[in-house]
Amino acid sequence: MSTLHTVNKSPFEKTSLDVCLSHAGAGASVLLLEDGVYGATKGTAVETRVKQALDSVKLFVLGPDLKARGLSEDRVIEGISVVDYAGFVDLAAENDKVQAWL
Amino acid sequence: MSETIKKFLYLNRKAPYGTIYAWESLEVVLIGAAFDQDVSLAFVEDGVYQLTKDQDTTGIGMKNFSPTYAALGDYEVKKIFIEKESLDERGLTLDDLQHLVWEDEDDDWAEKDSIKLVSREEMTALMEDADVVFSF
Repeated sequence: MSTLHTVNKSPFEKTSLDVCLSHAGAGASVLLLEDGVYGATKGTAVETRVKQALDSVKLFVLGPDLKARGLSEDRVIEGISVVDYAGFVDLAAENDKVQAWL
Repeated sequence: MSETIKKFLYLNRKAPYGTIYAWESLEVVLIGAAFDQDVSLAFVEDGVYQLTKDQDTTGIGMKNFSPTYAALGDYEVKKIFIEKESLDERGLTLDDLQHLVWEDEDDDWAEKDSIKLVSREEMTALMEDADVVFSF
């Protein structure tokens, strides 16, 4: 069973991202959206944690939410794929279920 | 009628768009500006994200309220404090934020910086010094 995990909270305000990454199975997909996109940027206090997760899960970040927050794609950690809303739909369709971490 | 000027500190701790706090804070600051108080704005933790440059919300269907921060100087809001530790934790520097200014009428309307980078220790002192703290 493949799962798409979504995280929409800032990693500096809530533990959602850390707990999601700790529970996501190998090969799972994790999409960062809304305030979750801050976890995808370089140079933060959680960058090491996120990079470590790239060894076992696929990470995605929603482009429109990055743009809204003034974050350009070159601020995104290498290995994380930027997707648009259509890409979000594809991820939801490709996986057997979606698990949201609020 | 004699009026007491109080030191108002608006404390901003939330990122924009994910919740309504940032927008609400800005609204209250602009409304409060009509009351001739000593106003300071503090941005700590995710609040520093409110001031990032180049915000473009066309893709998420929400109002981009970030240009409004540039109008604060016109409302005599000219003391804006950013906590350095909060920027550091988020991989940001002052260069990633908007350059906010106010015009000094006593100095031939020269543009002066509104933003001051402060340490966590200095932020503590600002909070201690305030008469009223509005939390967002």
